[in-house]
Parts: sequence; structure tokens; C-alpha cells
Amino acid sequence: MKIAVCIKRTPDSESRFKVAASGAGIDETGLKFDIDDFAGYAVETALQLNEKQGPGETVVYALGPDSVQETLRKAMSMGAERGVQLKADAIPVDGIAIAKALAAELGDGGFDLILFGKHAFDTSHGVVGTAVADLLGLPCVTAATQLTIEGGKGTARRELEGAAELVEFSLPAVVTIDEGIARPRYPSLKGIMAAKKKPLESKPAQLGAARITMRKTELPSDRPAGRIIGEGAAAVPELVRLLQTEAKVL
Amino acid sequence: MANILVFAETRGGALRKVAFEAVTAARQLAELLGGGEVHALVADVQVGADAATKLGQYGADVVLVVEHAGLQQFAREAIAATLVERARSGGYRAVVLGFSAHGRDLGPRVAVRLDAPIASDVTGLVSASGDEIVVRHPGYANKVFFELTVSGTPVVISVRPSAITAAEAPRSARSEAIALAGDPSAEKIRVTEVVEGAKGKIDLGDAPVIIAGGRGLKSADNFKIVEALAAAFGNAAVGATRAVTDDGWRPHSDQIGQTGRLVSPQLYIAVGISGAIQHLAGMRTSKTIVAINKDKEAPIFKIADYGIVGDVFEVVPALTSAVAEARKSH
Repeated sequence: MKIAVCIKRTPDSESRFKVAASGAGIDETGLKFDIDDFAGYAVETALQLNEKQGPGETVVYALGPDSVQETLRKAMSMGAERGVQLKADAIPVDGIAIAKALAAELGDGGFDLILFGKHAFDTSHGVVGTAVADLLGLPCVTAATQLTIEGGKGTARRELEGAAELVEFSLPAVVTIDEGIARPRYPSLKGIMAAKKKPLESKPAQLGAARITMRKTELPSDRPAGRIIGEGAAAVPELVRLLQTEAKVL
Repeated sequence: MANILVFAETRGGALRKVAFEAVTAARQLAELLGGGEVHALVADVQVGADAATKLGQYGADVVLVVEHAGLQQFAREAIAATLVERARSGGYRAVVLGFSAHGRDLGPRVAVRLDAPIASDVTGLVSASGDEIVVRHPGYANKVFFELTVSGTPVVISVRPSAITAAEAPRSARSEAIALAGDPSAEKIRVTEVVEGAKGKIDLGDAPVIIAGGRGLKSADNFKIVEALAAAFGNAAVGATRAVTDDGWRPHSDQIGQTGRLVSPQLYIAVGISGAIQHLAGMRTSKTIVAINKDKEAPIFKIADYGIVGDVFEVVPALTSAVAEARKSH
């Protein structure tokens, strides 16, 4: 199968974040960046599908400044055959503007399957994948936790709150990947070496007009410092008292 | 006057909590814009006769009822098309929906077809004027909050479940039947089955109390002490850490954390959870946090309002009896 995976470069989620001097956005100084968690699951899903069904091609796409090339190389070191950078000075916070650029690029790509993470860790909108599908008139499974492709048909599972739906669809299609489908592999040394020689194309992103802008960024106020009220079962009566009288949740 | 169209989500004909929250958000938005009408669209096989009364209670002026036999399962394309058709013909300022599993799927479709921007997973409305709406939206797994300015008309806004508390703003809503746009049997995504969760099980997003278990429980079987504590509360759901769901002790859908569910219940009890950043990101906005762990250095104690250092197999059963006792005496 010919599979496109759209990935994003996001900071390590364990980082401590600071607001940028401008007051809008994050101070990126000292942050470690990598392929976004959900995008990583999507890359792994694509690689496994092609390994199982072969022969195929996995092409990774990333929109943004030249720093995203590193993220594309990472996906290629995992096994993607080639990468495409849709070059933009900055990544807009408007998911529809991004979706338009990706749809313009992917529409004629002849892909059987286009995968995304269900959302990116940083902006966390969960918009782009589903919007690309709708722009291209393709079936879209949003936030799939299971995915099977067989004979030009796909089946997937989506978690609903307290239930799940099983769906089927024809290819070509777009699927956004939730956690649980595939744990991303670590690139092997051989993979890392090979990735350096794989083709990476860069072309300008045809972004749509950005109608959402970041006005302000804030850090949440810290929770009050925790307190230990006691040890062992002996502390249970005190806990129950506090839950009843102080927290009033019992 | 700027009217707001809102999608009031149902399951099995019954309005969901997120529907009232979306109507509340729409009412707030209408007030910020000078007091327009809120029109709530409900789509199901059959919509209860009391839908208008219920949605009117939270500020809907009009309830648009879409009934169709083909809505047995979620018909995402037909519902999106219906919202789009109505949004176009009604000249609305905004389309509001919940950021539930279905809302997550519908929102971008509606935005694309209206060629509107979408502010997704919104936790609050800051201000609104003729051409700009400012919303709050958390990013970086709740570690950072953004204020985003959304320009143009119309716009699509999806609101995070439980972030905006449904608030009464009673009015007598009138009902209007409208037709479903599109044919549910022609959906590109065909639902073959809906797997229902355990009967009576409360979803993590709806539960006022969550009892979550981590590796400290030592085995899948030991989750029975967590289940028992949840049962003692009566209104609790059971969650788990990523380590636990990765090991297959609990299904992935139970995972609370950065890559799982983001929850903010009234009470969160962490049992045998050390408190990895990835887990804290999913629950740190809980109102009251209790931690039970044998390691007094565990990071979870830094954010727990009430911590007990001790063996979970000793403390949790004692707490279960005490909670059952406390609830009995109510």
C-alpha cells in the first residue's frame, strides 16, 4: 500500500514549559523536540501495515520550518521510505489552514491510506486529520484504537465514552490514530544510517488563511503543595473526616 | 442579533451531559454577543418529547428535532451535512458542539464544509464581538493554557466535556422538526457494531469520583480492591495508569494521562500510583486528589491534597469499609 503519514515535531512532554517573552507561545530555549507521540503511533501503524502486506511505500509529511526535517529523518530511520517537508516559517494554530496545505499536497498523491495522530501534544486541537479527509472527500475514522486493512477495505474501532464503535470503510481513506494501536519502534543504528540517504523533498506549504491566532499563553496556577495526613489504615478515619468536612466530596 | 447553533448530542435517544454543557456554552456566547437565540439541534431515531423542556432549561430558545430511522448508529456525514445546511440557511454566528468522541469527529467536518475556522477542545469563552471570539484552550497536555482569537463568521467551537458546567438559564423553548440532510445508509464510514461498556458503568468523563490504580497494585486481579472502593462510592469510575494499560491489566480506554483520558472529577483517588508526569497531566485538574502509596517520596504526594503512606492492600479495604459506612449514615 502507498501510505502517507502526517507528522508533527513537538517538545518532549516531560519538559517544564515557560511562556515566551512575547506572552504568546512557549519559550523553546532548551526544549528537546521529537516526533509527536500520536504521530509516532501513526508511523508505526503504517510501517506494520506495509511490512505485513508488502510491497508498499510509507511517505512522511511534516509542515513547518526546516527544523521539521529532523523529525522526518527520525520517521525515515524507523523505516519510512521518503519524507516531504511542506515549508512554512511557522506552524499556524489554525488547523483548517494547515489542513488546506496538506490536502493540496496529498490529494494527487495516489495514497491508499493517509494517517495522522489523533492530535498533537502542543496545540492539541485534533482537527487536521479529519479536516483533510473532508477536504479530499475521503472516508475518515477519527481517533481509531484498532485498525485492520484487508483487500481494499478497512475496519477500525473508536472508543466512545463508555462504549466503542466498530466501523468499516473503503480505501482510499484517512485514519487518525489513538493510543493502543502500535508502540513506535526505536530506530536501529542501521535505520539511522539508511535514513540519511533517503530522499527528503522540501516545497512551500500552500497554507490557507489563518483565522485563529494565539493571543496569550499562560501556565496553570500550581496546586497547593500536597500533604501527607498519616500512615497506613490508621489514617483512614482522618481521611474520611477531611473528605466529609473539608473537601465535602463524601 | 447573533444566533448560535448548537449540536445537542444524544445516545439511544437520551440527551448526554455534554449536550447541556454545549448549550450552556452557546448561551454564554449568545450573551457575550448581546443576547441572541440558541438553537439546539438534536438528531436521533426518536427524540423524546421533553427534549425542548430539558434543553430550554439550559438556555435553548429553539430545539431543532431531526428524527430518522437511519440514526440508529452515529451517521457522522449526514449529521455534519444537516448542521452545515442549517448553519448556512440560519445565518448563525457560531456552531457549538461538545468535544466528545463524536464531537471530535463532527467538528472539523462542519468547519470544512462551512469554510469556517474551528476552535477545538475549548474550556472557556473569554470575550466575543462581531468579528472576533476569544476562547481558552489547554495545550501541552493541560500544562499550558492558550487564549485564541477566532476571526470571521461563522466559526465552529467544540467544548471540552466537563470543562463548562451546565448552568440553568430557563426559557420555554419551541420545537421545530427539520429533515436530515443526506442518507445515513450512504455513509462512507459504516458502523457495524456498537460495543456497550459494562452495564451501569460510569464513564471516566462523567464520573464525579475516579479511583485509579497503578503498578503498585501488582496484578490485574488486584484491581478488585479498586473496583470495591468505586462500588462503595456508588458514583465512581475506575481508571488506570499507562503502565497498567500497557501491561494489559486494564483496557486502553481506562488510561488516564497525557496520551489517555484527561479528567477532572470532584475526587480523584490514586492507588499505588507513583505519579509520572505523563499521568499527572491527565488528572492534575481534579478538584480533590487523594494518594495512597507505600513510597513516601512518590511524586504523587506533591500534588495530593491528602496523602496516606502505606500498603494499598491494607489502606484501600479499610477506606472501602469507611466510605460504605459514611454513605450508609447519610
